[in-house]
Amino acid sequence: MEATKPKQETITLIVTRQDDPSSAPYEETFKVPYRENMNVISALMEIRRNPVNADGKDTTPIYWDMNCLEEVCGACSMVINGTPRQSCAALIDKLEQPIRLEPMSTFPIIRDLAVDRSQMFDSLKKVKAWVPIDGTYDLGPGPRMPEKKRQWAYELSKCMTCGVCLEACPNVNDKSDFIGPAPISQVRLFNAHPTGSMNKGERLEALMGEGGIGSCGNSQNCVQVCPKGIPLTTSIAEMNRATNIQSFKNFFGSDSNY
Amino acid sequence: MNENREFFYRRLHSLLGVLPIGIFLIQHLVINHFAAYGSGSFNTAASFMHNLPFRFVLEWVVIYIPILYHAILGVYIVLTGKNNTRRYGYFRNLMFLLQRITGIVTLIFIAWHVYQTRVATIFTQETIDFDFMEAILTQPFFFWFYLIGVISTTFHFANGLWSFLVTWGITVSPRSQRIATYATLLVFLGVTYLGVRSLLAFGMGV
Repeated sequence: MEATKPKQETITLIVTRQDDPSSAPYEETFKVPYRENMNVISALMEIRRNPVNADGKDTTPIYWDMNCLEEVCGACSMVINGTPRQSCAALIDKLEQPIRLEPMSTFPIIRDLAVDRSQMFDSLKKVKAWVPIDGTYDLGPGPRMPEKKRQWAYELSKCMTCGVCLEACPNVNDKSDFIGPAPISQVRLFNAHPTGSMNKGERLEALMGEGGIGSCGNSQNCVQVCPKGIPLTTSIAEMNRATNIQSFKNFFGSDSNY
Repeated sequence: MNENREFFYRRLHSLLGVLPIGIFLIQHLVINHFAAYGSGSFNTAASFMHNLPFRFVLEWVVIYIPILYHAILGVYIVLTGKNNTRRYGYFRNLMFLLQRITGIVTLIFIAWHVYQTRVATIFTQETIDFDFMEAILTQPFFFWFYLIGVISTTFHFANGLWSFLVTWGITVSPRSQRIATYATLLVFLGVTYLGVRSLLAFGMGV
C-alpha cells in the first residue's frame, strides 16, 4: 500500500437528478465520508442515510435502481464519469473524482438515476427470445448440444439486458425505433440452441421487421462497452447473413421458410 | 417482403452504394485518369463513353436513379442518428461519423458536379472535353471544391464498402472485419489517387 498517500476523508459526487419523468434535470453535489472498499451503490446508500447536499442543505434522497449487487442483473446501470456501466461494480477507489453520475438518457427517466428499460424487454418479446416447449403433453428429451457449443453459447447468454449497449449506440435514440444490439445477439443465441433453432425463421422475420437489424449503422460502440464482453458485433454480422438468406428464401425460395 | 419494407430499403441502399454506384465511380475515375496522358487521350476516352449506345438509359439506370435513391435514404439515415463520438471516441464510431459527414459533402459535390457538367451544358451547348474541365479546375476555388468533393466521395465509397461487407454478412469474425479495414484503406488510397491525379492534370497541367 502507498503509505505516503494522504488518506481521503470525503468523496465528492455530482449527480444529475430529475424529480419526475417530465421535469428538467439538474445537478446536485454531495460529499460522502470515505470508507474502504466503497462502490457507487454504497456511496448512494450513504447519501440516502443522510440526504444533505454539499451546501449543507437538506434534500431528497437519490432514487436509483438496484438488485443483485454482483453485476448479473443489469438493474443498476448508469453513466459513471461518462461511461455507462453497473454502479455495483464501480469501485470508488478506481474512479476519478469528482464522480459524475448521470442516468442512461437513451431510456425514459423515471426519477434521478432510475430509467425505464421496458423497451428492451418488449424487444425480447418481439424477437421471441425463448425456446417454446410448452404444450399439452411431454415432448421428451430434446436434441443434445455439443459441449463446445454450450460453452460458446454461455457467453451470449450472459446478457443481462442492462441497456449499456443501447446507451452507447448512436442509432438508438428518440428519433429511431432501432431495437439495439442486445436483442439481435439473443436471436443468435436462441437460434443456435438445438430446440430453439426449430423456430429460427420466426426470430429472423422479427429481426427483419420495423426497427430491426436493418437499422444497425456499424458504429461498433456496443462491443466496446458491453460489461459482459459479449461479441455483439459478431452476433450482428452473423444475423445480417442469416436475415439476408432468410429474405432470399422468402422471395426466391420455396414455401418452406420456417 | 411487404412486412419487411424497412429491411428491404436498407439492404437496397447498401447494395446500390457498391453496385452500381461504386463500380461507376471507379469507371468514371479511370476514364478521368486519361487526362494524365494528355488532352488527346482524355478526349478520345470521354467521347467513347459519350457515344456509348443507349447512353440516356445507361445514365439514368446505372447512375442517376441509384444515386438519388442512395442520397434520399442516406439523408434520412443521417437525420435518425445521434452522433456520440465525444463520449465514445472509438475508431469505428469515428468512421460512422465520417461516413455521415462525407455522405452529405458528397451529395452537395455531386449535385453541383452534375449541374455544372450535365445540366448547364444543355443550355450553353458546350462539349465536355479536356478544355472544358481545364477551364473549371484552373480556378482555385473550384480546384479545392473538386479536391474536397473527390476525396469525400472516395472515402465514402471505401468506408461504405467495409460496412457493405458486414451488412451482407460476408465479414462476420472480428479478424475478417479488421483485415477488411486495411483492404478498404488500400481501396481508398487507390481510388483517391486516380481522382486526385486527374484533378492535377486538369488544374495544374501536370
